[in-house]
Amino acid sequence: MGITFRNETFRDDFTFRNSPEHIRRFPFPFHEDAYMYAVNIEPHVVGPKGSVLENLIDVDEHYVAEMQDRAMVLAEDPLRCQSLPHMTLAGWDLLELLMEQQAQGYPEHFTLTRDGDRWRWINRPLGIDDTFTFGDTSTLPYGPMEYITRQSQGDFCILDQRDGNLWMDAGMVTTQADWSLDFDIGMNFFEWHAPVPLAHEKGIFTRALKFLTNIQQGKPARRLNWTMTINPRLDTSPENYHKWGPDRTTVTPENVGDKVHLRVELQSFWRLPRSNGIVFPIRCYLIKMDELVTQPKWARRLHRVIRDLPDELANYKGLTRYRPTLVEWLSKLDDGSPTSPGFGPY
Amino acid sequence: MSTGTTKLDVVVSDVVPVNDLVTRFHFRRRDGQLLPTFSGGAHVVVEMRDGERTRLNPYSLMGSPLDTREYTISVRRDDVGRGGSLFMHRNVRPGHEMVVSYPVNLFSLDLRARKHLMLAGGIGITPFMAQTAQLAAEGGNFELHYTCRTASLGTYADLLRERYDRRVRLYHDDLDERIELDRLLSSQPLGTHLYVCGPAGMINWVRERAATLGWPSETVHFEHFAAPQPGLPFDVTLAVTGKTIRVDEQQSVLEAIEAAGVDPPYLCRGGVCGQCETNVISYDGKFIHNDHWLSEEDHRSGCKIMPCVSRFEGRSLVLER
Repeated sequence: MGITFRNETFRDDFTFRNSPEHIRRFPFPFHEDAYMYAVNIEPHVVGPKGSVLENLIDVDEHYVAEMQDRAMVLAEDPLRCQSLPHMTLAGWDLLELLMEQQAQGYPEHFTLTRDGDRWRWINRPLGIDDTFTFGDTSTLPYGPMEYITRQSQGDFCILDQRDGNLWMDAGMVTTQADWSLDFDIGMNFFEWHAPVPLAHEKGIFTRALKFLTNIQQGKPARRLNWTMTINPRLDTSPENYHKWGPDRTTVTPENVGDKVHLRVELQSFWRLPRSNGIVFPIRCYLIKMDELVTQPKWARRLHRVIRDLPDELANYKGLTRYRPTLVEWLSKLDDGSPTSPGFGPY
Repeated sequence: MSTGTTKLDVVVSDVVPVNDLVTRFHFRRRDGQLLPTFSGGAHVVVEMRDGERTRLNPYSLMGSPLDTREYTISVRRDDVGRGGSLFMHRNVRPGHEMVVSYPVNLFSLDLRARKHLMLAGGIGITPFMAQTAQLAAEGGNFELHYTCRTASLGTYADLLRERYDRRVRLYHDDLDERIELDRLLSSQPLGTHLYVCGPAGMINWVRERAATLGWPSETVHFEHFAAPQPGLPFDVTLAVTGKTIRVDEQQSVLEAIEAAGVDPPYLCRGGVCGQCETNVISYDGKFIHNDHWLSEEDHRSGCKIMPCVSRFEGRSLVLER
């Protein structure tokens, strides 16, 4: 068996597509016909077979293409990957976590063999077979965090926990929804969340921080977040705003289905054992409107959510300019019939 | 803090008397696998099944974090405590099957420190056993000052001197040796972090002197060695389902509700997400609110409770479940 990896791009000609199976497993983020912030955190436990939660670290048909896109981003801008000096141990923690999870979830694609601190890592999709000494950075071509996150889908922030707060002290961030690791590096939880509207007033960040600093080893947690992106571009960074910002002006009633993408982040939170830090993988899933509306319930619900979204949120998520065009297009797929509760397509 | 951790099924692989007061216990996994990795300063909660009674006591892991074949803890016998240490000393033998929690670290090293200055009193030495092993393996810069009553009660003092030589300084109460704290705290290089674990009086003394001498609070780390407080048992009436349930000493209200076959919503089970918020219909007594979800006003009103973490003491409590 195994995954058939797609040959596709997230830039220039944008050949990214989801196969029919991947449309059905898309992590649709709305369980009802409206959206407002909530502390929607739940235990990160394995979900149904065939869903993105089948494994706690998900590898899908976009894996190889995403890793190629990451390598291109890093070649242009090495500051997308940074680790402050005290975070190397946490990098080893992350390397262990991702190698173990990927090898366990996808044995046909990844193999990890441990003999004391002598480790062998085989990554077949990327053609890697390396033997190294766990804990000895000189035995890897990159630092441990960079090495393994060049081989793992999603962005990764490693947070140091001290003084009752979390500090963004290391990360690999190339598939982000308009935020910058280089800007946020060294900031604490409240500092890097300062731009988010409405949530501070609701006390959400104070509660979320208390929850996160209590995350226990062996008990990861997760939440979904979402925004929208024009064209299937993974790297929507502030550094490259000049490349993707103007895309928002290109949406027309004719191209909505092809250009507008729902962008869902599966965020998870894991305690790291040696460093006592927290790793925060942010896994980005993209789906174009044409693909999403093949599921009629999702089409009706997305119409109602986007139509009724508070202006502050629409603005923060960058939807304002094309929202009327999108809502008009979606309205034709909403006959007003009820939607069933829950995330699923039926 | 340790509630809600994953549990580990272990077997006692060795019991070693260390001196008149302290005994060391070794645990291995029953399935023969490696134990989870941990960081220096972490503790586990040991479940002690003593007849009808279950006690949950936290103990620092004192082995090297680099060796996860076994966990080791050292237990000081407390003849007037709640009985956990006496149970360990009297009843626990090699081969005994027990349950411990995953490791939790509330006394973590600050890995930014240029130097780690450690002050231990008595059995407060145990977290430093693991931290020094971790730092020594990485070439870290540390210095340990350890006070004990007498040389014979200086648990692991000889071992530490042997491992780390002059990086360890011992002080014996019976010889009237005292840490010259002000001089010590005033002569540290920039970037030093201070760690203290021992009796409450020692922790308070060190924190007070450090503050007076201008140490930033974020460079001063301490761990109070206190057993978790299980609550008194109490009864709850569930008005909607018409059941009366007993919440045991070690049980949460939520667990007791679930044990009675009622299935309230929940997500985090940690007093944060708000899912299991429950209305109070009537009560006669006082709430012990432990959640981070309800406002202070909610707490004062007596109208709401988070059954995953909060408790009650009194004559009657009726919940809308």
